[in-house]
Amino acid sequence: MALVDKIGQSLTGAPLVLTNVDALIDWSRGQSLWAMPMGTACCAMELIAASFSKFDFDRLGSFPRPDPRHTDVMIVAGTITRKMAPAVKRLWEQMPEPKYCIAMGNCAVSGGIFYYDTYSVVRGVDEIIPVDVYLSGCPPRPEALQDAVLQLRELIRSRSIAQGREYDRVYTLPLPGGERAGTTDPGRAEAADVLAGRRPKTGGDE
Amino acid sequence: MAIDIESRTSVYDEEGRAVEELVLNVGPSHPSTHGVCRIIAHLDGEVVTKAEPVIGYLHRGIEKMAENRTYLQIVPLTDRLDYVGSMYANWAYCRAVERLAGIGVPERAEYLRVITCELQRVASHMMSIGSTGADTGAFTMFVYAFDVRERVIELFEALTGSRLTYNYVRPGGVAADAPEGWLDDVRRVVGQMPARLTELDRLFFGNTIARGRLKGIGVLDVPTAIAWGASGPVARGSGVGWDLRKSDTYSLYPRFDFDVPVGERGDAYDRARVRLWESVESCRIIEQALDQIEPGHVKAPGLPRLLKPRPGDAYDHIESARGSLGIYLVSDGSPRPYRMKVRSPAFCNLALLPLLAPGHTMSDLVVILGSLDPVFGEVDR
Repeated sequence: MALVDKIGQSLTGAPLVLTNVDALIDWSRGQSLWAMPMGTACCAMELIAASFSKFDFDRLGSFPRPDPRHTDVMIVAGTITRKMAPAVKRLWEQMPEPKYCIAMGNCAVSGGIFYYDTYSVVRGVDEIIPVDVYLSGCPPRPEALQDAVLQLRELIRSRSIAQGREYDRVYTLPLPGGERAGTTDPGRAEAADVLAGRRPKTGGDE
Repeated sequence: MAIDIESRTSVYDEEGRAVEELVLNVGPSHPSTHGVCRIIAHLDGEVVTKAEPVIGYLHRGIEKMAENRTYLQIVPLTDRLDYVGSMYANWAYCRAVERLAGIGVPERAEYLRVITCELQRVASHMMSIGSTGADTGAFTMFVYAFDVRERVIELFEALTGSRLTYNYVRPGGVAADAPEGWLDDVRRVVGQMPARLTELDRLFFGNTIARGRLKGIGVLDVPTAIAWGASGPVARGSGVGWDLRKSDTYSLYPRFDFDVPVGERGDAYDRARVRLWESVESCRIIEQALDQIEPGHVKAPGLPRLLKPRPGDAYDHIESARGSLGIYLVSDGSPRPYRMKVRSPAFCNLALLPLLAPGHTMSDLVVILGSLDPVFGEVDR
């Protein structure tokens, strides 16, 4: 849904923009994504670098705020070990809805270099919390992280809060065998349907 | 200033009010813990009576993984040990492999190793000093120090293609020769650096607030530093002049003229300032290395694709930005090591936290932890 439906003039001659509340809320929510920096390992260095003078994350409206209750997006930067996983999950649960997650770096995406031969690493943070944007690289450049935030912004604008899809996702901790038990993500199911041609693409006609 | 906690452990304070101990959990995800460290702090009012670090939140099993990798495949794993200074673990590991397999290293490769590792020391110390500034409320210091760090990272990117995990030092040499003009870039950047570092010194260490927050905090005396195996700037801040580049010299360091800065009081101020002046000394070493380096090979000739050292063991250590970083390797004659052990300076230095923290306030606990400069990739391995 486009943000601006019509541009015209009101009866008194002042410029007027016509839109609907849903589109306006979706647009404005994407503009100021405060980030919860869940930096555990190497990628945290690039997360810090992205916030500082050379790359300047603030100009995108994204501000690192290490308090889950103040933030919109959790940037998981680094390896999540089995000992760390409950803490990550608890911090995710403390974030208010609607909330989003960026898996930064190969470790958070899939375990990365620590996928094989180790006994203590969670193979991808999507085993414990839902991930909206996957960002590969070991570690990704700060520009790539900023691009991920812009991608997330597009994602937020294309998802309407009116349909209430954000609130009915169910996630559980993985079973000891590493299987992803009980993962039901309507967003992913819909994406799969769209790709398979079972469902027409909706929303986001920009 | 440290407060005598023996006088404060009564259940009533001076005015007769009941005082009870508060146990506060800091971390494992906390912006001031410099990684995924958890500290269980026992508080009497605002004063820490006991602080216990809980580690293992970044235990990735790198030592165990190394047993299933060939000798060359382990080099990228060592990048992820100390991710603020990846070059050191590369170099320490490669020295152990070279000692185990009896490989010689061409002189140009040794010069490139010295140049990159001294640049890495500057980058790593800037991270530490900057976060000390952030811990004490001087966030400007963090931004200024990161600006210096970013210049070094740009040089590394031109050399290795990566900003953080370089995989540059390899057994028998380095991955590739420096690209054309890179050494001139190093000379230009390093030439500007002492002035920048002096500016940081005036900006932060001359500041009244920084002095008030850092002086007399976490005093480590010489016998304790030696007894607990402290090394690097933590030991040198207390006045222990132990630097492996001088004390157990390796590579080409005897050819360079440089000083080892040591502190006097052993507090957080001295530890941070030792790091700053070490960075200046690193610039001196780099300039001498740039004068001496000559064209040549950067890899030992005739190296096999698959290293199979004879059965035996080898240990080698270098002076990393955090202290004495050692790698112990055991070979059983197969292409994979039988055992790899990392002697991590960050782990040994972090063990000092329960000794240094009691008697200080909660806000100083963060400063003490920052002054020990732990990197949890290396602590937990």
